[in-house]
Amino acid sequence: MSRAALLVLADGRFPAGGHAHSGGAEEAVKAGRITDAATLEAFCRGRLYTAGLVAAGLAAAAAHGMDPLDLDAAADARTPSAALRTAGRKLGRQLLRAARATWPAPELSALAAARPRGAHQPVVLGLTARAAGLGPEDAAYCAVYESVSGPATATVRLLSLDPFQATAVLARLAPAMDETVAAAVAAARRALAEGVDALPRASAPLLEIGAEAHRAWPVRLFAS
Amino acid sequence: MTAEAVAVAPVGVPAPASALSESALPESAPPAGPAPTGIRATARITARRHGSGATVLPVLEGEGPLAVRRIRGADGEARVALVGAMSAPLGGDRLTVRAAAEDEARLRVTSTAATIALPGQRGEPAYYDVELTVGQGAALHWLPEQLISARGSDLHVTTRADVTEDGVLVLREEQVLGRSGETPGRLTSRMTIWIAGRTLLDQELSCGPGAPAGWDGPAVLGGLRALGQLLVVRPEFTEAPVQPCMLGEHASLTPLAGPAALVTAVARDGLAVRRVLDTALESLMR
Repeated sequence: MSRAALLVLADGRFPAGGHAHSGGAEEAVKAGRITDAATLEAFCRGRLYTAGLVAAGLAAAAAHGMDPLDLDAAADARTPSAALRTAGRKLGRQLLRAARATWPAPELSALAAARPRGAHQPVVLGLTARAAGLGPEDAAYCAVYESVSGPATATVRLLSLDPFQATAVLARLAPAMDETVAAAVAAARRALAEGVDALPRASAPLLEIGAEAHRAWPVRLFAS
Repeated sequence: MTAEAVAVAPVGVPAPASALSESALPESAPPAGPAPTGIRATARITARRHGSGATVLPVLEGEGPLAVRRIRGADGEARVALVGAMSAPLGGDRLTVRAAAEDEARLRVTSTAATIALPGQRGEPAYYDVELTVGQGAALHWLPEQLISARGSDLHVTTRADVTEDGVLVLREEQVLGRSGETPGRLTSRMTIWIAGRTLLDQELSCGPGAPAGWDGPAVLGGLRALGQLLVVRPEFTEAPVQPCMLGEHASLTPLAGPAALVTAVARDGLAVRRVLDTALESLMR
């Protein structure tokens, strides 16, 4: 495997459309739940251990070669909010387009054919990692990092938060990210033997409720 | 039937990969270690459609703290109330309720009071499992009162429902973190719903002392202390799914990826949650 491929995939400039999503931060800022670096950190920590863990588990399982359509259904079951399912599939479709151009592979083409309106982003991410010669742990790292870097970057724009402070938040979360990746990879390994029910399913009620509130806004800066 | 305190033989569980995998991915098997002494009790309810159109209850068995009473029904529907016969679950207890609405039967289960999770003598966790099955053309309404997580308790709640393609399930789950002004206990709650063998919903919430950090923060519960969910599975939703909408400041209605709708509400107290769920239930069953 090429270690540099991980940097290409994890780069925020990878053209997969992630910059248009705030991971729930836009709604949380407007509702007054994120007001500064400390509340951003608490938000990111909660998102990491819920949505981040679930995404990392799905991505690691896909990178292991589990059936992407089974994983796509597992992602639906773990995403009660219709707004988040729509956002997840939109992001998945954009990532798949970029991935097929970057690391062409029959598995990616097959998924695009089976889910023309988009598969859930973490499933595509895991399959992309596989196509790039990366492993389940790499896929989980990408998912976990995205789960907190999106809200941190968005909060810099939404609150005019000092970018140095936002980056310091991400650095402070690094040990928690390592821990989340380890849990996701262990769960994905269990899922190989026991099926998708063994994958993480941690939920975050305010992220799910907030996503529905955000979807109904007439004007918004971010897509989710 | 009287409660029997039984010693549970240690059961081997795989060692967790990390503190997080232990807390975020709890195994539903009882933990290894010194044999916990707690109550093991199972209540069983089976509803069957009688030739006359009425629903009968060929199985109605309580045990220990789980007492069951048939109450007055209506329109071919059998009604059962879970009656709190003693204080439970305490740490170390393992309680199970199995309720089945067989083909064409109509069953409604309620409870007479809130369930309070309390600490045990040795700090062991307690387990409360609810297993629901809904047959062809059957309807099961599972509407218990709140679960209150008292200080020092550690409870794992697992709710599983298996619904056939054209079954109806109405399921309410409400959790209050701590009695009035009290620090909550540890509560892990998993809900898994299958329709015709496919997973419709699989989610787990972990909160209280020792839960993964951030549970009380702006992404998860935001310092609020009451949470409720109302799940409605109805075949009609295949053709006409509900439209997502807000039902209050921290409450939403969303269609699931199947013939079902889910209301999620977070609020300062259990009463505010109940108000949202009651209003939603009325409109979803119309």
